[in-house]
Amino acid sequence: MITAEQKPMQEIIQYLAPYSKILLVGCNECVTVCAAGGRKEVGLLASALHLNSLKQGKTIDIKEITLERQCDPEYVEELTSYIDAADAVLSMSCGCGVQTIATRFKQAHVYPAVNTKFMGASLSQGVWAERCQGCGDCMLGITAGICPVSRCSKSLLNGPCGGTSNGQCEIGPETDCAWRLIWERLKELGIEGRYEALVDAKDWRPAGGAGPRKIIREDLAL
Amino acid sequence: MENYEPEIVAFCCHYCAYTAADMAGSKRISYPANVKIIRVPCTGKVDAIHIMKALEKGADGVYVAGCLEGDCHFKTGNARARLRVARVQKILEDLGWEKERVAMINMSAGMGERFAKTAFEFTEKIKSLGPNPISQGKIEVQAVS
Amino acid sequence: MKTESRLEKVLASGAMAVTSEVGPPRGVDPEIVRKKANMIKDHVDGINVTDNQTAMVRMSSMAAGIIIKQMGLDPIIQMVTRDRNRLAMQSEVIGAAAFGIDTMLCLSGDHPKFGDHPMAKAVYDIDSVQLIKAVKDMRDEGKFQGGADMKAPPKMFIGAAANPFADPFELRVMRLAKKVKAGVDFVQTQCIFNLEKFEEWMKGVEDRGLDKQVHVLAGITPMKSVGMARYMKNRVPGMDVPDEVIKRLAGVSKEQQPEEGIKIAVESMERLKEIKGVHGFHIMAIEWEERVAEIVEKAGMYPRPQV
Ligand code: SF4
Ligand code: SF4
Repeated sequence: MITAEQKPMQEIIQYLAPYSKILLVGCNECVTVCAAGGRKEVGLLASALHLNSLKQGKTIDIKEITLERQCDPEYVEELTSYIDAADAVLSMSCGCGVQTIATRFKQAHVYPAVNTKFMGASLSQGVWAERCQGCGDCMLGITAGICPVSRCSKSLLNGPCGGTSNGQCEIGPETDCAWRLIWERLKELGIEGRYEALVDAKDWRPAGGAGPRKIIREDLAL
Repeated sequence: MENYEPEIVAFCCHYCAYTAADMAGSKRISYPANVKIIRVPCTGKVDAIHIMKALEKGADGVYVAGCLEGDCHFKTGNARARLRVARVQKILEDLGWEKERVAMINMSAGMGERFAKTAFEFTEKIKSLGPNPISQGKIEVQAVS
Repeated sequence: MKTESRLEKVLASGAMAVTSEVGPPRGVDPEIVRKKANMIKDHVDGINVTDNQTAMVRMSSMAAGIIIKQMGLDPIIQMVTRDRNRLAMQSEVIGAAAFGIDTMLCLSGDHPKFGDHPMAKAVYDIDSVQLIKAVKDMRDEGKFQGGADMKAPPKMFIGAAANPFADPFELRVMRLAKKVKAGVDFVQTQCIFNLEKFEEWMKGVEDRGLDKQVHVLAGITPMKSVGMARYMKNRVPGMDVPDEVIKRLAGVSKEQQPEEGIKIAVESMERLKEIKGVHGFHIMAIEWEERVAEIVEKAGMYPRPQV
C-alpha cells in the first residue's frame, strides 16, 4: 500500500492561517491502514486545529469528511455539496488524492496534511517498510522475491556492494542488506546458481524515465 | 489568576481507579473537587479524541487512570491507553502546549489513598501550569469587543 | 594487448604490479595533485585517482587524472555509478581517453549518506558490474549502451574493486566471477588485514580458475596508529581488522606506531606475494602518500619494471 505520515503540525497551521472554513478530507484506504489520514486522524487533526484557533481567540469551522477513496473521481464527487462552503481543503490522503480533489475543483485551495512516503508492507503493528518503487518491470522473479531496486540502498542489480556489514546495509545496522537477503533466499530455495547470471543495465523507461506513466486498459476504458 | 480553580477530567477504569475513588469516599479521604470523574469500562475504551474533546471543551487537565501495568481486566487496555495519552501529549507539544496537561496514571482498586493523592498532585500541577490555553483566546476576544 | 595501459603491460610481462592512489583536493589547486603524484610516481605503475571518495565533493577524478597524465604519468581514474547516469559516464570515458587516459576503475561508490552531501539524490542508473560491461562494450564492440556504433572507441584497461571481507563471504568469489564475466581486466581489493580470510578467498578464486582471467592486486593500507586501526575496524563498513593487528599496534609506544604500521604492511606484502593469483599490490596510504615509496622499497618491489 501507499504509506504516509502526518505533516508537522506547524506546517499545517501555516497553510491554514489565511482561512477560517476548512473542509478536512480523509481517505478510507491506505492512509487509514497506516494511521495517517483515516477517519480517526481526521478527528484528531480537527480537534488539534480547534485547540490552536481557540487559543488564538479565533474560530475555525472544520467540516470533517472521510471518503471511501480520494484518488477516485467518483468518490471525490461527494465533496460537491461541501466545497463551496469551504475556504480551503485540507486533504489527509496520499498525493494522488490531493491531486484528484485539485483537479475536480478548479477553484479550491487544496493543501496536503500528510507527507506521502513510499509503497510498503506492514512488518508488525505500527511498522511499515518500503518494498517497491514501481519500477514497471518487476524483477522479483529473478531475485527470489526480494526487491533490489527498492531495498538495496544503491539499487544494485548484480549483487552486494563492498559495504555490507554483519549482513546489514552500509547505510546503517537498522537496514538489512537486500543482497544478503536475496542470497540467503536463493540458497534456501536451492537456486543460488541464478545469482551468476549477469543482469543487464535496467531500462528505466517503465520506471518513469519516459515521463509520467499511465495505464490504459482498452477493455475497461469505454 | 490567583484563585484559579482548574477543571480536571479523570477517565477512571471501572475495575480499579473508579473503585479506588469510591473507596476514598467511603473512607472519608477527601480529594479535590476539581477532579470530575468519568467512569469507563476500561481505559482501553478511552480514545485520543476523547481526551482532545475534553481539552476543546475547556478542561485544564485530563488524566486517564487505569489498572496497574499487567493487571488490566481486559489484558492490554491500560497499555493502549498509555500510548494514546502519549499521542495526545505529542499533539500538544506540536501545538506548543504543555504536554503535562494530560497524563496516564495506574493504580489498583484498593488504593483509595493513592487515588486521592494523585488527584491532589495532578490538580497542583495543573494549577502551576495555569488555565487551558484556550482561555487566552477568550481574553483576547473580550479585549477586542 | 587491449590497450596502451602501462599497468596492462606490466601485468602482461608477468611482473608484480604496484599501484597507489591520489585523492584530489577539495579546491582548484592543481599543485596539490602534482605534489601527491610526484611523491609516488617512481614507485608505482599506475596512480588511482579517487572519484569523490566517501561521497565528499572534490576535484573530479577525470580532471585530476588529466593533470597527472600531463605530467607524463599513468593515472587510473576511478568512476562511481553513484554520481552519474550511463550517458554521463560514457561521455566521461570518451573524454578521459581523448586525453590519453587508458586505465580506469568501475565502482558503485559509497552511499551519499556518508559524505558532505547526504541530501543529494544518488543516481545509480547502473551498477559497477554494468559499468564494466558498458566500458567493455565501447572498447571491444565499439558500441554505446543505446546500441549505436561509435567511432574511435576508448581503449580502457578496465578495473574494479573486490571486497573479500564483506559478507556474505561465500558470495564474494561469485561476485568476482560476475565482474569477470562482465569483462573486468583487473581488480584491486579492499585493504587486507585478515590474511587468513584473504587466502581463503583467493583459494576460491583459484578453484574457479578466475586467477587466470583477472589480475588481482592485493589492497594494502599501512596503519598510522592504533586509533586508526580501531576506527577502521569499528566504523568503516566492510572492513575486517583482526584484534591481533590492534594488539600489535597497541603493544608499541605511540611514536613507534607508524613504524609498526609500515612493518605490518610490508610483512603482509611478503606473505601475499606467495599466493598464487596475486599479481600485485594496490597501496592505499590514506593521507600518507609520503611513505608509499618506502613501503614499496622495503617490500622489494623497487625499481619498477620499464615497459
Ligand atoms: S522490481 Fe520493480 S516492480 Fe518489482 S518490487 Fe522492485 S521496484 Fe517494485
Ligand atoms: S550493503 Fe547491501 S543493501 Fe546496502 S547498498 Fe550495499 S548491496 Fe545494497
